[in-house]
Amino acid sequence: MTETWIILGATSAMARAFARALADRGAGLVLAARDLDEAEQQARDLRLRGAGFARAVAFDARRPEGFAALFENLGEGPVNAAVFAGAMPDQSAIDADPALIAAVCETNFTGPARVLSLLAPRIEAQGTGVIVGVGSVAGDRGRLGNYVYGASKAAFATYLSGLRNRLARRGGHVMTVKPGFVDTAMTWGLGGMFLVASPEAVAAAILKGVEARRNVIYVPGFWRAIMAIIRAIPEPIFKKLKI
Amino acid sequence: MRWSEGEWHGWGRALRAHGRLARPEKRADLAAILHDMPCPAIGNARSYGDACLNGDGAAIRMTRLDRVSDFDPETGELTAEAGVTLGALLRLFAPRGWMPPVLPGTGAVTLGGAIANDVHGKNHHGAGSFGQHVTWLRLLGADGVAREVRPGSDLFRATVGGLGQTGVILDVGLRLAPCPGQAVQVRESRIAGLDTFLDRLGESRATYCVGWIDATARGAGLGRGILEEAEIAAGAPPPVSPRAPATVPFDAPGALLSAPVVRAFNAAYLSRVPADGRDRQRALPEFFFPLDRISAWNRLYGRRGFHQFQCVLPHGSDARLRELLEDVAASKLASPLAVLKRLGDGRAGDLSFPMAGWTLALDLRNRPEAAELIDRLEARVVASGGRVYLAKDALAAPERVARMYPALSQWADAVRQADPDGVFATDLVRRLRLREASE
Ligand SMILES: Cc1cc2nc3c(=O)[nH]c(=O)nc-3n(C[C@H](O)[C@H](O)[C@H](O)COP(=O)(O)OP(=O)(O)OC[C@H]3O[C@@H](n4cnc5c(N)ncnc54)[C@H](O)[C@@H]3O)c2cc1C
Ligand SMILES: NC(=O)c1ccc[n+]([C@@H]2O[C@H](COP(=O)([O-])OP(=O)(O)OC[C@H]3O[C@@H](n4cnc5c(N)ncnc54)[C@H](OP(=O)(O)O)[C@@H]3O)[C@@H](O)[C@H]2O)c1
Repeated sequence: MTETWIILGATSAMARAFARALADRGAGLVLAARDLDEAEQQARDLRLRGAGFARAVAFDARRPEGFAALFENLGEGPVNAAVFAGAMPDQSAIDADPALIAAVCETNFTGPARVLSLLAPRIEAQGTGVIVGVGSVAGDRGRLGNYVYGASKAAFATYLSGLRNRLARRGGHVMTVKPGFVDTAMTWGLGGMFLVASPEAVAAAILKGVEARRNVIYVPGFWRAIMAIIRAIPEPIFKKLKI
Repeated sequence: MRWSEGEWHGWGRALRAHGRLARPEKRADLAAILHDMPCPAIGNARSYGDACLNGDGAAIRMTRLDRVSDFDPETGELTAEAGVTLGALLRLFAPRGWMPPVLPGTGAVTLGGAIANDVHGKNHHGAGSFGQHVTWLRLLGADGVAREVRPGSDLFRATVGGLGQTGVILDVGLRLAPCPGQAVQVRESRIAGLDTFLDRLGESRATYCVGWIDATARGAGLGRGILEEAEIAAGAPPPVSPRAPATVPFDAPGALLSAPVVRAFNAAYLSRVPADGRDRQRALPEFFFPLDRISAWNRLYGRRGFHQFQCVLPHGSDARLRELLEDVAASKLASPLAVLKRLGDGRAGDLSFPMAGWTLALDLRNRPEAAELIDRLEARVVASGGRVYLAKDALAAPERVARMYPALSQWADAVRQADPDGVFATDLVRRLRLREASE
């Protein structure tokens, strides 16, 4: 029986690379995305690459009324999920329009968390299944440049930690992924990027982490050390830094 | 959709452009870009000169639109987006018995770039050019409208080999070729001089055939080198050495490729092959893309980059080819990379490079003497009725190129009709005034 993966935010470059890696091993793929035409185009690609099945379904993290439909016709095999949906508006845009804070939290945290909470009972019933949640190193500390985005990612990470605790009791596994800078639409054209990873490298690291049943991974791995240092900076000093 | 502002360059790194690059990740993003700010598409910037540059302007990097969308395992007919690389297609389809019918020397070339330069491979004498295997393409025009373009139309002839000037190629129908195995059986022969080389290249019945030349050799050794003749062999791939692909982390100093070093390197390279030749099994990518084992090898030529000179001389101009090689050897500017191949007459576009004859490609470090040498070589090429390859060119002059490409005015007519405002113009097209050509 082939594994099935629901991929939330399937049009993200990271998600695309991850889906291709899964298609290579014959997984069934449910591509949940806002842009359905795009997700259909991707589904064709994944089928030709060996996916057991691949289909596009409508998903907007800010429209919970559509969430239930994600779980229809999932096939026989165990169901897994990976969350890539995310939004990072400029902090300056958020400062100008604080209503965006709710939108960022819906996209990065509450929307995906609601979907995962709908899935959790099924994983408990299966007695197996993996959830991958993509957070960010930005969630490890509130920084001047993107602290609303960071706050939403921190909330998501905390949620994932609790969900891990819950599902681990029933054979499920939750892995939190904290990428550093990745070469995607989110960072294209932004200044100040360094040590940028390719989406394919991130996808490979996620698969490896899943195999090893890791709880929290930083990708690339050196970000764990970088963030440990950044977290260790005392607040009186940190508040004066621009990093 | 954010733009990335900065400098970019082709593979030779001698010419650079400052401008804005978009890299759409979704088809809807591409449509929006063409609506708001139409500009030329580029692939992986594996052209050497300025074909992929648009200085003080903008360009659309197509590499993220790279999906395959249809494949018929009975006929080998494939539909894919223009940003997919030929190396990726080889990886994906060779295990299923199919492969791109034409492969240039690097797997990083995109489908769009392969069409826009109507590229050729080591099998050109048999298989023809890339564009001859394209069954249709979807082109986004300057007006934002998507058109299906098929062989036989003026727009097809202007698009294939057309340097991106008719619009953005989005989807491509390509007829893959059967791939009978996962290994390549290569026969390597040592060749003593130019006459033998031309005889052997002319006589060879091999599907894939390419010559490496020691461009430093003079006198009796002029044109000596190694001939590779190859067939794809049935069976599993031979083990590839596990060595990870290397990379060149910084610009190398000029002395690295100085004349004595190159001479010594070439002599050693030649003597690897025993006098009576040898047979080797190679994995497909190793054979087709030997240079891809070292990423960013273009940095070996230092910060100022290098030029590749590639020309084709029609049959009957063997004496000219000899003069060309004599000039190169005497200049002491040659690098180890010098390739001689036979081309057939297969071509699919007005501006396609191939013609039946000999093609010679040489890398030359960027310095004033190299430009002077290339200028002299070009003059000989024009005189012999041959042409230089625009995918490699950075230095040619408009008048000469007009003489090399007799269908230029026909092409320019079609381009002016497809893109009257010149939104897809690139640095190369401006430098060579290609769009201005008329009868
Ligand atoms: C190591 C090496 C070996 C090579 N060997 C060979 C060889 O054996 N034979 C050969 O023929 N060539 C060879 N080449 C040249 C190469 O095949 C061509 O330059 C090719 O066009 C590069 O493709 P690209 O995707 O990088 O396109 P780019 O270099 O980025 O662009 C090339 C042209 O294509 C246009 N273009 C790209 N994508 C699109 C699109 N989607 N729609 C419209 N226009 C588009 C651009 O506007 C530009 O005019 C070699 C190059 C290298 C670096
Ligand atoms: N790139 C980095 O450097 C980096 C670093 C750390 C973490 N991350 C995280 O990695 C994940 C993937 O991002 P990416 O870098 O691949 O960038 P991306 O291409 O911009 O991906 C973001 C994805 O989220 C989707 N999305 C946005 N709002 C949505 C909504 N309301 N409902 C449903 N989907 C929505 C987008 O869909 P549309 O295509 O419809 O817009 C897109 O598929 C994100 O969670 C991001 O925060 C990225």
